[in-house]
Order: sequence, then structure tokens, then C-alpha cells
Amino acid sequence: MNKRTLAALVLLGASPLFTAARAEPVTETLEIDGEAMITEAPAPKDPPGHPFDVVKSGWLYREPDTRAMEADSFENPGMLNVEHGEEVWNTVEGEAGKSCASCHGDAAETMKGVGASYPKWNAKAGKPFDIELQINACRTAQMKAEPYKFDARDQVDLTAYIKHQSLGIPVKIDLSAGDMMSWWQTGKDRYYLRTGQLNFACASCHEKNSGNYLRADHLSQGNSNGFPTYRLKQSNLVSLHNRFRGCVRDTRAEPPKAFSDELMALEVYVAWRGEGLSIETPAVRQ
Amino acid sequence: MATPKPRVKVPKKASAGEIITIKTLISHDMESGQRKGKDGNVIPRQIINKFTCEFNGMKVFECELDPAVAANPYFEFNAKVPESGTFKFTWVDDDGSIYTDEQKIAVN
Repeated sequence: MNKRTLAALVLLGASPLFTAARAEPVTETLEIDGEAMITEAPAPKDPPGHPFDVVKSGWLYREPDTRAMEADSFENPGMLNVEHGEEVWNTVEGEAGKSCASCHGDAAETMKGVGASYPKWNAKAGKPFDIELQINACRTAQMKAEPYKFDARDQVDLTAYIKHQSLGIPVKIDLSAGDMMSWWQTGKDRYYLRTGQLNFACASCHEKNSGNYLRADHLSQGNSNGFPTYRLKQSNLVSLHNRFRGCVRDTRAEPPKAFSDELMALEVYVAWRGEGLSIETPAVRQ
Repeated sequence: MATPKPRVKVPKKASAGEIITIKTLISHDMESGQRKGKDGNVIPRQIINKFTCEFNGMKVFECELDPAVAANPYFEFNAKVPESGTFKFTWVDDDGSIYTDEQKIAVN
């Protein structure tokens, strides 16, 4: 073997992050307390250009123990946060002397399906709102209370409580409202934009290498239907924008601010990519 | 940390001698004592160090917990129920707090 072929062989082996280890996601069905969840759905057709034929929940990529934890709402530690979120829902705060329940009543009725339709166009703000931004808008305008700081415990738990009311309902966002399509496009551009010292885009892991192992991590399609998600690594509920920032940080780039236009656009696009999957909040992941 | 809240799942009914499954979960940070806070100082250890389950005063299950146990400890175990009675669950915190829960079961 001459030196040149040896060098070529070394180069071939020099892709240390993505190894050849590949495993198909499981084909099991997820039932949470006996209720069937949609964990595989045909990819949305409108607008065209979805990279997958079938969109899959991250649940299908997890270990059997983790999957079982989500299937039993008692065993799911994220439900502790949801319970706390219910307390927050009923707690009066701010000068107007109101709680969420003062206007919205019983969340089981009024919030059913709401979480599955966000992010949603907000005409007044001229941008898409996710649940967290909507909560803060309610807090300032209706309750006359301080808006939550990003990832305040009450914000995450209340968001989870609201989204949990849509458990099992498939994600479907309204892209025809307002300027949503241009945000979708911005989000798509962000999704494929390579950043950081590792020069990765979202798509590098969650599209091109979805199904492959990144060390011990079985890369999913990166759908957002389970957020806020109980991550065993953090032993806590993790918000979507926290995870966005974590992913960007892992590419060794400077993460954008939570709820910045950049990440809101990304949220719109990512939610669309996972349309048709059941809301699983609080999902359990690695 | 919010006050730890125990949750327990015990069947309401069983037949005599039946083996039932009991599930328990408690919200707790399980601070290991190995981590440092933002100020660089060690966050003092505070964990649940002991869990017991008694049925009509008889010990059914007991275990000691160590700092490597993750937050929100979950236990699942089986018990044979000879008669109607009450399960009593106790969690002991490092700071001396004791959290308890009771569940009745009817045996026919």
C-alpha cells in the first residue's frame, strides 16, 4: 500500500461524528393510558417540498424504558410539572386580580386543541405567537402582571399544562393567516443554514442523518409535537426554545435569543414539518 | 424547590391473596451535593434518603436512596394483600422532613 492510498483511507474514516450505525425506528404504537397516539403520519403536502414521505414522532427513536415511561402518565415525571401548571393556571396574579381561569375557565374544555394549532399568527404583534408568547401577552394585557422571563418554571409548566389539554390531537397550524408563509420560508432557510464550528444545519442531523446514531443518540426527525418535553438528561421539563438553543450551541455556534424572530420562524417551520403527529406533551426523551 | 408532592397508585380493590402492583412517584430535586451553583459554591446535598411502605403496620417494602438516584424518584413493586387495610408510604428527606401518603384497599 503506498502512502497516497493510506492517506485516502484515513480520510474516509475521518468522519468521527456520524458513524455507520443505523437503526430503523421502532414500529410500535404509542398508547398513553390506553389512548392511541399518532406517531407516524403522511408528511404534509402543502406547501410542497417536505423531505420525508412519513413523519415520525421522536418517541419511536427512544429506548424501550423511555418509551414505557411516556406510555404511563403516572410514571411520566413530566406530569408533575403539568400538575404544577394546573396550579399556576388557577393562581391569581397581577393588578387586575385575575388568573388564567378567570377568563378561560376550565382548561380541559377551553384549551382542548389549542396547543396543536400553535404557533399561530398574531395580527396585533405582526408575528407568529407560540403558547409562551401568548401567555405573556395575556399576563401583560389582561392580568396586568409581569411577563414571564424565558424558561421561568411557571412558564414552562403552564405551557405544558395548556399543551397537555391537546394530548392525542394532531398538530395542524394555519399557514394561510397573515404573513405566516414568509415566516415559514425564513424558518426553512434557517433550518438548512449551516452554522457553528461544526458547520451543521438542523437538517444535517434531523434530515440527512435521521435514523443514524450520533454516538449514543438515535437521531430523530426533530419534530416538536412533544414539547415541552421531559428530558431525562436534565431531569426536568425542557421548552422548545431551550432545545433549539441547545442544538445550535452543540454546533458550536452562538445561539439566537429565545423567542427571537429567528427562532419563531424556525418554530413555525418545524411545527409544519411535524404536522399530523399527535401532541404528546409532556413527552419523555433521553 | 417546591414542596415535594407524593403520588401513589394502588388498586382500590383486590381479592384475598392477590398480588398487586404499587407505583409511587415523588417530586424532588435529589440534589446530589456534587454540583456547583452559578456562584461556584457547592450546592449542599438534599435527597430523599429512605422510602418505606407499610400495610396495616407491617413492613412491605423499604429502601435507602443514595445521591446517584435521579430527580423525582419512582418506585414500582408488588405486594400480596391478605385483608382489607391501609398502605402507608413514607419518604424521608435529608433535611428531616417526612412526606407521607395513605391509600386504602378493600379485599373481598
